[in-house]
Amino acid sequence: MSEAKALTKLGMPKWGLSMTEGTVVQWLVEEGAELNNGDEVVEVESEKINNAVETPAPGVLRRRVAKEGDVLPVGALLGVIADASVPDEEIDAYVEEFQANFVPEEEEAGGPEPQTVEVGGKRIQYLKVGEGEGTPLLLLHGFGGDTNIWIFNQEALAEGGRTVYAVDLPGHGGSTKDVGEGDLASLVGTVAGFMDEMGIEKAHLFGHSMGGAVAASFAIRHPERVQSLSLIASAGLGEEINGEYIEGFIAANRRKEMKNVLGLLFANPDLVNRQLVNDVIRFKRLDGVDEALRKIADNLFPSGRQADVPDLAGVEVPMLVVWGREDKIVPVSHSENAPANARVEVLDETGHMPQMEAAGQTNRLIGEFLDSQEG
Amino acid sequence: MSRKSYMQAINEALAQEMERDPTVVVFGEDNVGGTGSPGEIDAWGGVMGVTKGLYGKFPNQILDTPISESAFIGAAAGAACSGLRPVAELMFVDFMGVCFDQIFNQAAKFRYMFGGKARTPMVIRTMYGAGIRAASQHSQALYPIFTHIPGLKVVIPSNPYDAKGLLIASIRDDDPVIFFENKVLYAIEGEVPDEPYTIPLGEAEIVREGEDVTIVAIGRMVSMAEQAAASLADDGIEVEIVDPRTLSPLDEDTIYESVENTGRLVVVDEAYPRCSMASDISALVAQNCFEHLKAAPKMVTAPHTPPPFSGSLEDLYVPDPEKVANAVRETVGQGVAS
Amino acid sequence: MTESEVAGARERHEELDKGALLDAYRTMRTIRDFEERLHTEFATGEIPGFVHLYAGEEAIAAGFMAHLDGDDYVASTHRGHGHSIAKGCDVKGMMFEIYGKDAGICRGKGGSMHIADLDKGMLGANGIVGGGPPLVCGVGLSAKVRGTDQVAVSFTGDGGANQGTVFESMNLASAWDLPVIFVIENNGYAEATAQAFSSKGIDIAKRADGFSMPGVVVDGHDFFAVHEAAGEAIRRARQGGGPSLIECKVNRYYGHFEGDAQTYRGENEVENVRKEKDCLMLFRQRVTSAGLLDEAELDKIDEEVKNLIDEAVREAKEAPEPSPENLTTDVYVSY
Repeated sequence: MSEAKALTKLGMPKWGLSMTEGTVVQWLVEEGAELNNGDEVVEVESEKINNAVETPAPGVLRRRVAKEGDVLPVGALLGVIADASVPDEEIDAYVEEFQANFVPEEEEAGGPEPQTVEVGGKRIQYLKVGEGEGTPLLLLHGFGGDTNIWIFNQEALAEGGRTVYAVDLPGHGGSTKDVGEGDLASLVGTVAGFMDEMGIEKAHLFGHSMGGAVAASFAIRHPERVQSLSLIASAGLGEEINGEYIEGFIAANRRKEMKNVLGLLFANPDLVNRQLVNDVIRFKRLDGVDEALRKIADNLFPSGRQADVPDLAGVEVPMLVVWGREDKIVPVSHSENAPANARVEVLDETGHMPQMEAAGQTNRLIGEFLDSQEG
Repeated sequence: MSRKSYMQAINEALAQEMERDPTVVVFGEDNVGGTGSPGEIDAWGGVMGVTKGLYGKFPNQILDTPISESAFIGAAAGAACSGLRPVAELMFVDFMGVCFDQIFNQAAKFRYMFGGKARTPMVIRTMYGAGIRAASQHSQALYPIFTHIPGLKVVIPSNPYDAKGLLIASIRDDDPVIFFENKVLYAIEGEVPDEPYTIPLGEAEIVREGEDVTIVAIGRMVSMAEQAAASLADDGIEVEIVDPRTLSPLDEDTIYESVENTGRLVVVDEAYPRCSMASDISALVAQNCFEHLKAAPKMVTAPHTPPPFSGSLEDLYVPDPEKVANAVRETVGQGVAS
Repeated sequence: MTESEVAGARERHEELDKGALLDAYRTMRTIRDFEERLHTEFATGEIPGFVHLYAGEEAIAAGFMAHLDGDDYVASTHRGHGHSIAKGCDVKGMMFEIYGKDAGICRGKGGSMHIADLDKGMLGANGIVGGGPPLVCGVGLSAKVRGTDQVAVSFTGDGGANQGTVFESMNLASAWDLPVIFVIENNGYAEATAQAFSSKGIDIAKRADGFSMPGVVVDGHDFFAVHEAAGEAIRRARQGGGPSLIECKVNRYYGHFEGDAQTYRGENEVENVRKEKDCLMLFRQRVTSAGLLDEAELDKIDEEVKNLIDEAVREAKEAPEPSPENLTTDVYVSY
């Protein structure tokens, strides 16, 4: 079946648990274009956010099957990638056969569901994806975020047999809105407690923004429990932070205000769609969220500065630092403050959310980073 | 987060507020449904079962009432002035005639008449709307009458998420709120967070964005507008749907902003056409957005007729997606070229 | 002496000791002077709107309020000045209100028919006949749910007694076992229509039986009779014994409202009552003849009350009108 190998399906991706369909916004390359690994082929809008689908394999984009504006279920055929040598008839036959047999996945059929665990008597929600023997990965979101910020990453990182946990920190997502002291130490305590409850002795820690400060602080306090540390657009590497974003996020209660605030997160603010804004507004309307965010912000970011900059100098675990060059929340210059042993990657045309805005690149960097430790 | 029906969302809001605040007290005809009877005590939970199960958890915070709307709606007003946050159920809004004095002369006016010294944090939950062959005295959409009265707030959720968040906000609000539940919507489901949350009163929701025509749709009519919008989109007409969610206060700004963008307005209102939300919103838009209008506002409403019994007549009575779509097409086809 | 001390009984007086008697007299005298003065002033055309006077019925308000604490509640009628004064509303504030002034107890927005002060447990005079009884059911429920021993009293006239709300409320209070007392002030006339016609002249108290609650008739001119009947009903309510109905038979000295020529009344009807049954007169006779109070003590109260009312009227006439921006405030707590 060498022909089968030569043909690669470009499918509608599944970004996050709730995604059942996506809209084809725009083709980014013409039919016949040569594609290399990581090349973006088509822009798709999910209910959460717009993103580019990267080619799953090198080759030539032989067919653009989906039309711009099509709304297609997850797994639907967007295009076909194959070597230039494959005859057109074979491509046509593949498309015909696929379309004849394709059955969209049932809504929410069997995918991982968020679960909860009591940590110190308080509810913590988490999402576990993948199963593997090795050291699990633990993903920590930033201020105001939740497990959804990893929708483009968690499944990709789980491929190849890794267990990946994404946790809602206290005050966030589906976790308790009681943040206790609401300082870095209490957040670190929650992470430690979560690992205890889940029987995780040691983890690869990933932190985005405030979650990065939590991860870094955790690594200082519990170095024996950290296999590696990945900091993405991380807090905790300098004092500056965009106080207007923090305050704006807390203050915004209307869709328009929130859309403007969330636009700061991305190099391209147009990526923020209705559903993302809606989800954040809905989160903010939960009882206790305003107070929780206020408390955390007062502790971690008083007067628009980062209060607690952990000293990572003594932390010797493998370290990856990823930043967007156009980060408007935590300045990219903080990447220079990473310890000497860290691998630092700065991504162009990317804002504060590299794991979303440059998901493919970020996933690849993380994959390589993890592989390098195993190898 | 899980899928819940509109009815479950309301029940959960009541339960969570009763849990949070022991002064939240629920009463109405058959709200427990069986008090004093030889059989099951929590038999009904309201005529449609909305309050079913609350008695088991909060036996001291939910009461059955005699069929005496004047007395128990007035009691809600008195209780609200003296330390409770009552949630009274006026089974069908059509029954307001027997207790209107207690609502609009008493509860609504205490604060003004008493020079700002009164707080009357009460909610009256009531069912409205045609569609279940309940005939003229159990099917009306009488929210415009309450909207007319200063001192009252009027809330009308169109979906389960809004039902829970708006009801919790209404219970916590310090003014009297009339909370309209559409009986046809009770069974519809949607994503509703398990945790308590509030939606501010006075904030419209843009249900769908579009550039060509603004539809303001109320309560159950939002879904009619959504269905119409889907078919109109096939013809290349993009409508923006605004769900006011609360009629008093009314989020006029969101409506005006939308109309300023589209230049065309269709209001879909299940109530009678005269002195209705449809006529009110049309008038407001005409007064405030005149220079942006490309065509006269259109209203899609019930006729100036009581709700009929026969299904064949009732189906004609309630605005449906086809009527909405036709009104949109008419407004697109008329007036100043865009 | 502060204004509130002048105004009358705010303390609970279940036992009629000397202090209680002085308070009761002061309350009745304040109401009488307040109302008679309004009658005079109304005739000058300076008082706007509708004014319904309580003169002649003072013993009822004083007799009931003597048993009530500040956090007990009262719902009144359009004839509400007496209940308001007896429940402790500020007398000058009331006078300002009746003149429609900004310093009025309701900032000039309520007027005579809507005098209220929730902080004093006064749920309001009420422009709607039969509007009050449902409200006190709510207060009773509130007391019951919150586990307090508060009670609520609704005052209704013989006209109001025929409103459906009153029947519904008595039934609801009975069904819910509420600490509520329904007081019917039967002054013989619903506006201009005689109770002999509109209720066939029955004792309205008999209706209590239909709602499974005690019902008694008392002479509304006799402070001591009212005080005793009220005490029993209120004690029962506080102890969880449920609602009661008390009918007070009484006379009003003035018309339904000011300006009523009262041509429907009998010849010398009011004069005879004033001569034979006036509550202040009866009270004075009884306490002085029994040696409980002396004339001088009562005269002193008369003098103090007169001064208070003079002052209240003078200040009310001079007080500033509400400012235009107040027209649209106080509609909602938030909007």
